[in-house]
Amino acid sequence: MEDTKKIYLDYAATTPTDPEVIAAMQPYFFDSFGNPSSIHSFGQDAKKGIEDARQKLASFLGAKPAEIVFTSGGTESDNMSLIAVAHENAQKGNHIITTRIEHHAVLEPARLLQKQGMKVTYVKTSKEGLVDPSDIKKAITAKTILISVMHANNEIGTIQPIAEIGRIAREKGIYFHSDAVQTIGHIPVKTDELNVDLLSLSAHKFYGPKGVGALYIRKGTRIGNYLYGGDQENGRRASTHNTAGIVGLGKAIELCEKQMDAEAKLQIQLRDTLIREIPERVQEVVLNGHPTQRLPNNVNFSIRYIEGESLLLNLDMLGIAASTGSACTSTSLEPSHVLLAIGLPHEIAHGSLRLTLGRWSKKSDVEQFLHYLPEVVEKLRAMSPLYHKK
Amino acid sequence: MEGYSNKLMEYFLHPRNVGEIENPSGKGRVGNVVCGDIMELYIKVENNIITDAKFKTLGCGAAIATSSIVTEMVKGKTLDEALKVSNKAVVEALGGLPQHKLHCSVLAEQALKAAIEDYQSKQAGGARS
Ligand code: FES
Repeated sequence: MEDTKKIYLDYAATTPTDPEVIAAMQPYFFDSFGNPSSIHSFGQDAKKGIEDARQKLASFLGAKPAEIVFTSGGTESDNMSLIAVAHENAQKGNHIITTRIEHHAVLEPARLLQKQGMKVTYVKTSKEGLVDPSDIKKAITAKTILISVMHANNEIGTIQPIAEIGRIAREKGIYFHSDAVQTIGHIPVKTDELNVDLLSLSAHKFYGPKGVGALYIRKGTRIGNYLYGGDQENGRRASTHNTAGIVGLGKAIELCEKQMDAEAKLQIQLRDTLIREIPERVQEVVLNGHPTQRLPNNVNFSIRYIEGESLLLNLDMLGIAASTGSACTSTSLEPSHVLLAIGLPHEIAHGSLRLTLGRWSKKSDVEQFLHYLPEVVEKLRAMSPLYHKK
Repeated sequence: MEGYSNKLMEYFLHPRNVGEIENPSGKGRVGNVVCGDIMELYIKVENNIITDAKFKTLGCGAAIATSSIVTEMVKGKTLDEALKVSNKAVVEALGGLPQHKLHCSVLAEQALKAAIEDYQSKQAGGARS
């Protein structure tokens, strides 16, 4: 087994930085190192790199360059959307609507705001992880100022009816934020079609570098500043720009715009092979998430009678990288809140396995994985006090 | 994995004494209320000495490794000696455990105690009848 080549099936955790992106970033470390806020040529060189990237991202989103704020990543964009909108609009109302399956980067600031006196409604989902827009509608009160629903879930891959939820929000004059960290660069995301006012994204999820992201803010949206101490990004987010990172984000989105459709097509094939073949080869597994309304690259199964961490460790020894929502992998010893929110009992959440594909995934990766999975599961089930061979 | 020693990985990947003992002298089944894991430990006792021990575990790498090593540690010991095997001794034998995995070794100690108690209560019951 030593010579088994490594297989990466964890693209939703992070993606490699595309070599073309690295090449585009390279000049901004030494040659064009200037501070983009400086008026001299060094600064203006760097500034041009940033504005080009802004233009590229805006074009991908069908937005205006002035509607883009560069941030340090998805977490900051989500935090900013909730906190800076809530504070700025406190006069108007004190109620936020979100869902139980959001990323912690949305849920934690929501809890913080609750401590500060905001009311938050956490809307449930179906067992496939779908939010029903009519549930959002029902939750709206005269005091609602913001609705936040993720575009696609990072664990189970379910894609939400964002456009419809956005329409409801717009009718009522409520701001609508969507965490699109998992969809940007993978499926089309047009801010006008989705009816969003705010949208979060992160470069390292679409073959850009880590530590850089953006928040789309529709023109006219009332949102407070988030970092203080400089007038970068119109004062909304002070701090010297991460020039190379932003340039990398721009290059990454440009590549995605060109390649995304073909990549998604291929990934859907691989995804569907996994979804079809895993239950063929391993008995008593359950697919988590929606069968069709899901990310092109996401597969999530619960394998009964085993635990996720021991499954991952065994796969890792075979050179296969995957992910799980098992309680044993979190320091809180709580299983994934997403798996619990879609109604999985603890013992089923325990054996969850997430596989996510990407730009460099090959048919042979999937075949190798399918080849090894049964023996790993068999080994763990032989140890399991709950398993009795049928 | 981060924080797992080589010795632990060795016991996790090639666990000793996996399985059940048919008609065991004692059986202990404990669950971890915190994260929902389950451990079963079987012992065979002859002349007050544990002659065989086996386990089944649903849990993380640490849980599997600790239950495996504990079965090794008690084999050949008298019941009194086995009762003194603490989770600390188990952790030491594995070359340490990450802080958030210590509870898994507690589970191994509890499973062992439960198996011994099961044997002892059967003995007591047997003596009465
Ligand atoms: S068995 Fe769950 S953390 Fe060890």
